Amino acid sequence: MKSKTMKGSRAARPGNSVLGKGAATAFLSPSLIFIGIFLLIPAFWTLYLGLTDYKLVGIEALNPSFVGIDNFTKALNDPQFLSSLKLTIIYVLGSAIFGQALLGFILAWVLNELSPRIRNIVELIVIFAWIVPGSVVAFLWFAFFNNEEGTLNAILGVNIDWLLDYPMLSIIIFNIWRGTAFSMLLFSAAIASIPKSHIEVARVAGASKMQQLRNIVLPSARSYILTNLLLITLWTFNDFGPYLLTGGGPGGETQILPIFIYDSALRYLDFGYGSAIAAIMLFLNLVISLIVLRMSRKGKK
Amino acid sequence: MSFVSIEKITKVFPGGVRALDELDLEIKDGEFFALLGPSGCGKTTLLRTLGGLESSTSGTISFEGKDVTFLTPGARNIAMVFQDYALYPHMNVLENISYPLKVRKFSKEEINKRVTQASEALSIQMLLDRKPGQISGGQQQRVAVARAMACTPSLYLFDEPLSNLDARLRLEARTFLKQLQRELGVTTILVTHDQSEALALADRMAVMDKGRIKQVGSPAEFFHKPANIFVASFIGSTPMNLLDGLVNDGKVVIGSMTFDIPEHASTARTGDQVVFGVRPEYVSLVSGPGSGIASGVVKVTENLGTHYLVTADCNGILVRGTAPDGSEPAMGDTVHLKPEPGRSLLYNKTSEDLY
Repeated sequence: MKSKTMKGSRAARPGNSVLGKGAATAFLSPSLIFIGIFLLIPAFWTLYLGLTDYKLVGIEALNPSFVGIDNFTKALNDPQFLSSLKLTIIYVLGSAIFGQALLGFILAWVLNELSPRIRNIVELIVIFAWIVPGSVVAFLWFAFFNNEEGTLNAILGVNIDWLLDYPMLSIIIFNIWRGTAFSMLLFSAAIASIPKSHIEVARVAGASKMQQLRNIVLPSARSYILTNLLLITLWTFNDFGPYLLTGGGPGGETQILPIFIYDSALRYLDFGYGSAIAAIMLFLNLVISLIVLRMSRKGKK
Repeated sequence: MSFVSIEKITKVFPGGVRALDELDLEIKDGEFFALLGPSGCGKTTLLRTLGGLESSTSGTISFEGKDVTFLTPGARNIAMVFQDYALYPHMNVLENISYPLKVRKFSKEEINKRVTQASEALSIQMLLDRKPGQISGGQQQRVAVARAMACTPSLYLFDEPLSNLDARLRLEARTFLKQLQRELGVTTILVTHDQSEALALADRMAVMDKGRIKQVGSPAEFFHKPANIFVASFIGSTPMNLLDGLVNDGKVVIGSMTFDIPEHASTARTGDQVVFGVRPEYVSLVSGPGSGIASGVVKVTENLGTHYLVTADCNGILVRGTAPDGSEPAMGDTVHLKPEPGRSLLYNKTSEDLY
């Protein structure tokens, strides 16, 4: 009798799937194999390469030797790497945190107040920026920033070579334009998920718009905000898009880490050094993820 | 003295829906007033307009003689309780109750005093450090009421605060709400689609339909003297008999049956198309046929506990009456149904109003 009821409830219990272990493994294995081949093996390969003096050409290409943590100590003492790290932080803070996230939230918040019709139209326009391929966007912004016949100069009536004189500002604006749609959509969903009555209780209490934002909307959207910050921070941290605009120049002023890795490995053909920096980036990504995940777990409690 | 005074309030939503249609209403000081009606009748819109959450298209609202039509919700000194309670999941019970007080910049001591008072009145003092997700639906409802109470408003607006509770808890909460309102003596407006809730709680109530008020009065008036056919068919736990007939020589003729004209309908004239109404509760079984008695064959009997609801087919017209438990007829029996004198109502078929 007892064993019968146990059997009946088996499917609903976690750990005992309807499929059985064999079938579940069969369904999962293709994706696991692909993840293994295209993600895990290259990641560990990169870690390994970072410990060698592997180069694309020359003697070391044929017979790389193990150099231990030499590449890592070299990186930490390399002013070019440190400056690249600094530029990356500026780029992430400027274009992801203060740009995409803040602007995206403001857009979502303002759109929420407008009529659904206007909201839909604006959202559609913003999404266009998101669905256009990065290379096309880069070309558009190249044309926009152009010194000779650029749109921006025509609008402002000045003659500035933006990509040469303000390279970091240019790529930050470029990335804000490209990525804000994602944050806006995510925050729109977050704001829409807050029950109307929650805002109305605050309104009846006499809370101002800013108080409603601070006391109700932000705490309610907390998990969305953290997820968004995690995603866009990682994306921007690993973003190679600015290379299409500035190529890391002028004079390394926009040589953020992904570009620095590209230059080290593929321009100067020092694969070992590039891999070591990639491993450092991987580590930094991990740290960022852990911090954000910890924050969101704390919020749930 | 009327506390809330509503004059010719109209609300047209973008898209053209007329939720409130030149509506007038007076609500007295200290009254427990219920707004009742089918869904989409405008009762919630009216409540939200009173709270300032919706702005009216035209008309004026005043509280205690002061025009509040264009005041923000925060400036109206009201408190609302919502159907979903609207407790903030990121705040504990204490923070939830004190939130409106914090917004209004009360001192810490004052907030503590009020939270203690309200939570004791609602017996939720042991829940203060819990999050809303950790307490039951009934407790959440009490917290929502406590939050409203701590504001000591001059008007409570309740938007179906009981409808998310299960049936038994709802009855308890109902009694408790009524008691609380009596003790506080603060004017309260309750929106509900549940007529038993309105009848049980309200001092006075209004039934709405299509943005207009169909009748205002005490629950007893609604039960005994529905002002029109809509209210007559809407109010009552068992559906009222509403039989189409014709006035002829001081009698109401319905098919082969004739009834005396009810006393209130002295203005009914021969030839008037009328609707004869009587509650099944006031129709009893008698032993034989006669004038003012409907005879027919029992089609359905329904057990209502202390009595049975009997539906009989009287030459094609369905008439409902009640029989005490134990003396109910069987299906197919021939029965004779007699409306109690003085309990029948007569409506004009064209105007749909009570004579």
